[in-house]
Amino acid sequence: MYELPSGADIQTIISTIKTGAQFFLPEIFLSGLFLVLILLDLAVRPARHHVLSITSLVGLLASFYFIVQQHAMTGEEIFFGMYVVDEFALFFKYLLVGSAVLTVLLSMPSDELNSRTSGLGEYYPLLVGMTIGMVMMASATDLLMIFLAMEMVSLAAYVLTGYLKRERRSTEAALKYLVYGAVSSGLMIYGFSILYGMTGATNIAVISQVLTERGYDPLLLMVASLMILAGIGYKIGAVPFHFWSPDVYEGAPLPVTAFLSVASKAAGFALLMRFFYVAVPQTIDPAGFVPGLDWVTILMILSVASMIYGNIVALWQTNVKRLLAYSSIAHAGYALLGIIVMDELGTQATLFYLVSYLFMNFGAFLVAILIANKTGSENLEDYRGLGRRMPLAGAAMTVFLISLVGLPPTVGFIGKLMIFSALLAKGSLFIWLALIGILTSVISLYYYMLIPLNMYLREARHPLPDKIPSGFLPQAVTAGLMILTLYFGIFFTPLSDFALSAISIFGNQLF
Amino acid sequence: MLSLIVFLPIIAALIIVAVPSSQKQVIRLLSLVAALAQGVLAYFIWQGYDPSLPGITAAANGSLDGSFQFIERLPWITLDLGTLGTLNIEYFLGVDGLSITMVILTALISIIGVLSSWTIKKQVKGYFLLYNILSTAMMGCFVALDFFLFYVFWELMLLPMYFLIGIWGGPNREYAAIKFFLYTLFGSVFMLLVMIGLYFSVIDPATGNHTFSLVAMASQENYLPGSILGPESVTWRYVAFIVLFIGFAIKVPMFPFHTWLPDAHVEAPTPISVILAGVLLKLGTYGMMRINFPLFPEVFQASLYVIGVFGAINIIYGAFCALAQQDLKKMVAYSSISHMGYVLLGLAAANTEGMTGALYQMFNHGTITAMLFLLVGVIYDRAHTRAIDKFGGLATYMPVYAGLVTVAWFASLGLPGLSGFISEAFVFVGAFSSEVTRSLAMVSVLGIVFGAAYLLWSLQRMFLGKRKPDAVYELQKNAEGEEMIHFHDWKGKNDLDGRELAMLVPLAVIIIILGVYPMPVMGLMTTSINKLVEVLSPMMMTALH
Repeated sequence: MYELPSGADIQTIISTIKTGAQFFLPEIFLSGLFLVLILLDLAVRPARHHVLSITSLVGLLASFYFIVQQHAMTGEEIFFGMYVVDEFALFFKYLLVGSAVLTVLLSMPSDELNSRTSGLGEYYPLLVGMTIGMVMMASATDLLMIFLAMEMVSLAAYVLTGYLKRERRSTEAALKYLVYGAVSSGLMIYGFSILYGMTGATNIAVISQVLTERGYDPLLLMVASLMILAGIGYKIGAVPFHFWSPDVYEGAPLPVTAFLSVASKAAGFALLMRFFYVAVPQTIDPAGFVPGLDWVTILMILSVASMIYGNIVALWQTNVKRLLAYSSIAHAGYALLGIIVMDELGTQATLFYLVSYLFMNFGAFLVAILIANKTGSENLEDYRGLGRRMPLAGAAMTVFLISLVGLPPTVGFIGKLMIFSALLAKGSLFIWLALIGILTSVISLYYYMLIPLNMYLREARHPLPDKIPSGFLPQAVTAGLMILTLYFGIFFTPLSDFALSAISIFGNQLF
Repeated sequence: MLSLIVFLPIIAALIIVAVPSSQKQVIRLLSLVAALAQGVLAYFIWQGYDPSLPGITAAANGSLDGSFQFIERLPWITLDLGTLGTLNIEYFLGVDGLSITMVILTALISIIGVLSSWTIKKQVKGYFLLYNILSTAMMGCFVALDFFLFYVFWELMLLPMYFLIGIWGGPNREYAAIKFFLYTLFGSVFMLLVMIGLYFSVIDPATGNHTFSLVAMASQENYLPGSILGPESVTWRYVAFIVLFIGFAIKVPMFPFHTWLPDAHVEAPTPISVILAGVLLKLGTYGMMRINFPLFPEVFQASLYVIGVFGAINIIYGAFCALAQQDLKKMVAYSSISHMGYVLLGLAAANTEGMTGALYQMFNHGTITAMLFLLVGVIYDRAHTRAIDKFGGLATYMPVYAGLVTVAWFASLGLPGLSGFISEAFVFVGAFSSEVTRSLAMVSVLGIVFGAAYLLWSLQRMFLGKRKPDAVYELQKNAEGEEMIHFHDWKGKNDLDGRELAMLVPLAVIIIILGVYPMPVMGLMTTSINKLVEVLSPMMMTALH
């Protein structure tokens, strides 16, 4: 018989929530922004959509203020262990809100969004809503909270993917995304319920404690872990949970694709690290791995499969969006390498890699938007002869792609360097993984270079004007991203120190 | 000083960005000024260089000052890696006998390359931007003493080269450009892994931290016992050596990794061929001498014969291929492969004569092959073809050109009195005096015979005799009744014009002077080569263990 809580209990609950709220200010602020945007949409005419975009830009930037404040209050668990504020979460908050800012900057010049939709009234609120969900994914420490945050992200993402509702491929992509998403969410919640059944707890730290103290059935834990991994793997877009991504990336509006490929992936990585590092007990001694529990090996398989599959299938792509989609699968594989190492350097490397991916991938998508604005297409064929006509965009694209390959002097090179250093620091144990990583990045050179090849080496089929202008703001953002990609490729200390400072989960050093 | 010589072209490139693309002459002149300034700096470095200091490793007391010169050493990136300590990457430049010769060569070829680029008409601004980036990267590679820095410069060369071949190249340029890129990248990514492995294995004795310093890596006592590339880790040291060797061998290019080179040369515009043959190929053998061999001397000693065999194959195979070519440029490209084989053979001899010959051959190969490619470019500009059979009797109508061709061709085949002879002679003396390579030296001598064959044969077909009936040029009588050569749509001077002479004559003079009196260059390298041989010698290693 369920007992009603007593008045005193309710008092405690309310006061806990009240104290918790002060640790929840960025999320509260973003929720406020979400509401403001909805109201604004009612107030301003559809033609004046830049009011919405500027408001969301300012709002997102303002939320950094609250995130900065949180550095003073790290290590706090709030709302009965549902949620935590720690450096690890803060790192991702910067990354995720930063991606949202960039996405707004990418959406502003996008013709696709501004002229081929029936208004952007829902677009910006959904973008902010998705950001809230992702920020919560990075902080959630309770199975229920994790699930809620992930669903919040997914629901917003489905709508955003199908935002070009008059276009078939956009609608189709949204439907595919929804179906795959529903299946993987279902699997994940099933895994959660098994885990709850095994331990009777939903907080991941408690789960870990109960599992180690009481012992467990390895097979059961394996099944649960695999199911949860299916849910997270779907978010990070790793093989074999990648099937949705090429179609969704192709169908979604370009800024949304960029957002999904960077932020949604990063949030997935945050969850992956927090969940598997904390919840699932690990034995450091390789001989001591419990059979059936070896999630490091599972991640290894995922990572190798993603690197090989993503890079090889990308070779045959003729659409830049699809090409970048497969590249994004491959990059999930590289980022996973750092998690496999399971030490400080590895985690730092993965975090660094995600930031570097933010710069180069947003950059590449931004140039793709600028080109799509002019040509109305993302086909490689239509990139012919553009390099000379759009000098900044062409040069920047080349830098971003070189960075995606991992060549110096770009931030992508440092990302790969750190990942491979983490692997080799373990001696000869992981050399084979580094070799696969290295070889697949050589393969990736070929398809990435197809873009500069078309832009510079081939002449356009149809006569084009000598200069193709693309507006001041997008040019400035492109140049900024290009400079950052190069700058952090030469002086990367601030970025890597930032990543290092984030390696504390629950306020304690993890390793 | 070294920073300046490395980054001058980049500074020029930054200025060029601001120049409107219609100001073609300004852009060209800016690049020329940068290259000339590099040349002046190289001259001062040469004059200031003290050839008695050995380089290669730190001096016996552990200091760098008694060993390297023009050192610039700044902490560049110090990275906190938590429990693994700090990652130290240094901005570390310096020269010794190995690099100073290459610095001089690079400065020289850069100037020639700019002059030769005057004929580039398409997208001049983009061309010179990339050219200057390439120039910085090449120079940086030769003076970097930090592996990380070296790697950055090494990779920085690829992209400009890709575009320079890909945009300004011949009909099949897309294929040649991506082939070049993929081959070299394939070689260098493995270098990245070895670099990381070395980092975790080597301790800088001065600071006690891990280091990327090539100087520290060149002393075997700095390797941590038990680390992945430490002294006992025999297997991994072999693997690392082989992987590095392949990476550098692709650049040389060594058979069987050479197939990108003929494609790249045939498609590349003349100045880029000059840079490619004159400087880039040397980076492969320089990398072997600076990194590959001194870091893994025991593996080097164990693989002498194999390296020698590859050298011999390069010599003979390159010569045979050159013999079969109809395209003059392709012939020169294969002859370039063949002549790089001498460098490998000299290195495999592992004695002072052989190594000196190898390094001197690198310098001479740079000047001679650059001249060969320039000469090919001269005739291609006029005739728009390079088919050897489409000429005949050119010596009568273009005497100056024919004269310079003769100098270059004979230098290439090793005629005494020209620089190529001395380096090849040293290589053979070295190879004969080493028991390992003696038999290979005997086989390789055949390469000289075949070399003479293809060079003389092409000379005969193109320059001697009379105009062939299907030749690409016409003969016209001028007012005085003399027969003059006439190329279709060629407005310029039939024989060499001033700019072409300005490129070719200095090279010819250098080739002749260094053939008669090699000491200006050879004198720079002797101490370093002796030191290198000592570092690589088996005695040194037994003393260590």
